[in-house]
Amino acid sequence: MDHKIVVNSLYKIFGSNPEKALRLLKEGATKDEILEKTGQGVGIADVSFHVDEGEILVIMGLSGSGKSTLVRCLNRLIEPTCGQILLEGTDITKLSKEELRVTRQTRFGMVFQHFALFPRRNIIKNVEYGLEVRKVPAQERAQRAQAATEQVGPKGWENSYPAQLSGGMQQRVGLARALALDPDIMLMDEAFSALDPLIRRDMQDELLKLQEKMHKTIIFISHDLDEALKLGDRIILMKDGYIVQEGTAEEILTNPANEYVKRFVEDVDISKVMTASTIMKNPLEVASYAHDGPKTALWKMKQAGISSLFVQHKGKLKGIVSADDAVTALKNGDKDLANIVQTDIKKIPPETPANDLFPLLVNNSSPLAVVDEEEHLLGVIIKGTLLAALSEGVTNNGTA
Amino acid sequence: MEQLKIPIGKSLEYVIELITEHFSFATKAFSEVTETGISFLVDSMMFFPPWALILFFSAIAWFLSKRKGLALFTLIGLGLIWNMGLWAPTISTIALVLISTLIAMLIGLPLGILSALNTTSFKIIMPILDVMQTMPAFVYLIPAIPFFGLGPVGAIFSTVIFSMPPAIRLTCLGIKQVPVELVEAADSFGSTRSQKLFKLQLPMATPTIMAGINQTIMLALSMVVIAAMIGAKGLGGEVWKAIQRLEPDKGFEAGIAIVIVAIILDRIMQRVGAQQKAA
Repeated sequence: MDHKIVVNSLYKIFGSNPEKALRLLKEGATKDEILEKTGQGVGIADVSFHVDEGEILVIMGLSGSGKSTLVRCLNRLIEPTCGQILLEGTDITKLSKEELRVTRQTRFGMVFQHFALFPRRNIIKNVEYGLEVRKVPAQERAQRAQAATEQVGPKGWENSYPAQLSGGMQQRVGLARALALDPDIMLMDEAFSALDPLIRRDMQDELLKLQEKMHKTIIFISHDLDEALKLGDRIILMKDGYIVQEGTAEEILTNPANEYVKRFVEDVDISKVMTASTIMKNPLEVASYAHDGPKTALWKMKQAGISSLFVQHKGKLKGIVSADDAVTALKNGDKDLANIVQTDIKKIPPETPANDLFPLLVNNSSPLAVVDEEEHLLGVIIKGTLLAALSEGVTNNGTA
Repeated sequence: MEQLKIPIGKSLEYVIELITEHFSFATKAFSEVTETGISFLVDSMMFFPPWALILFFSAIAWFLSKRKGLALFTLIGLGLIWNMGLWAPTISTIALVLISTLIAMLIGLPLGILSALNTTSFKIIMPILDVMQTMPAFVYLIPAIPFFGLGPVGAIFSTVIFSMPPAIRLTCLGIKQVPVELVEAADSFGSTRSQKLFKLQLPMATPTIMAGINQTIMLALSMVVIAAMIGAKGLGGEVWKAIQRLEPDKGFEAGIAIVIVAIILDRIMQRVGAQQKAA
């Protein structure tokens, strides 16, 4: 059990008589039936999941699905009705008021949909808020707030007031305010939803960049699948208070658990989600530098029905040999592939989105090599494979 | 029917008697403190020549409101009052209003905060405020006499009761109006209740609280005039005298003086409130 946070069958019932609603829920009644019969609102029902250290978990769902309630239960801004929330083994639901306060001060940083900046404090005072509450001495407070603002915040606006800033800048302040505390867990409640699309994309990129450096445990609430797919190491899909599906972006897209997930997923632009590694074909035959001459290479090409061949040496990709060059070399009696290898080839990492592959393939008649950081050849993409994969993806996720 | 009458009035009278007899130490202490306060305030204001004080008030009006027009109005208005020979009663009215407002705020702000933060207190305090605000103002004069006798202290007592409700209500409203997301944000950083109150809720509620104080001052001014009936001196006393002696000239002059004081106090407080909002 090395998960950072483990949530075990967490429930939240809004109303004065949660017991009755709980019983009905366990008997299988739906949210609407319970509201009709008991007047109790079901916030979240039987939610269990875990979050690992350093990962971004996106909790996604439409409004009313319970995602915001869930994230507020984690730091008990909303008191869960029953269930467990284990933070490194300590049950948060059992903490006393004082212990909870300390936990909030030291472990959680929260970013809100509508920024929730304090309008009567200037930017730097906003960023300092958490430290002030923690009674950090003024000088250290100022330093850390300054550092956080420099990292993500709008520079040069320290003495302005929130109302003078644009939405994007305000949310940078919101982010800086949470980061100034250096918490290990970030709760981000639709943090970028109120921003316009361009700014939102920038903020997403920035968050990913920050995450590479900081390795926080991030729980990100979103109603936007594109955002979830971009940010989430794993995604949890919620509906009516329940978790409908949990998995990586790939798993949810290629294997939607039910009709609801499928409908959610339909709108996604497949080319954005698919990456080089999902599309690439296994390198069928690869000529080895050390042993093969042009004759072997030609034979391999003939076997595979292709007109060019990647050349590897000691596991590293060296270049490509075309059939024409191999024939010429054979005629000249040249036995060494090294002399005819073209090293000028396009190499791409496996996580390249399919979108970015089109321009590469249009201007380049030879196939693309998908390589990892050590230059190992992982796979090959030619125009045909890309188009085939995309059309297949569309039919898989279309109205089946 | 006489036998069936529920003795509401009688029981209240009994309560008043009880307080007068057994809590005279408290009413006496209150008398002492307030009387000292009033005479100190009046004496120190009367120590200066009227023209000096008029300049001083105008300067304050300018400083607080940042408006030249208001300072000019204060200068001319108070000058007119001096000219009408109503300077001394005006000073005593201002002193009564200031002290009543101060006491009303000392009691009202904490009650307002309490009712905003605690649902039970809210449910108890709000109906009491409803009663306090609908009860005819004159009724408050009645218990003031057995408690404190005729004079300014009784006037202050009834003025405080009459003028306190808006201070409580608007403090409560101001705090409750703080957006939920901001309160959540303060909570999410682990603020204690008092940190949340002093760092977020009170600063956010300040403009509304200022509006409440403004109303309290206005109500206090109107009640201080009525309280002339139980022997509060001041401008109200002048009006009262004019009624009894049928002197319309004196009555109107005193009335105009009250209006001038009211306008000055109201505009200054409004400007202060507006500045709070803008900051």
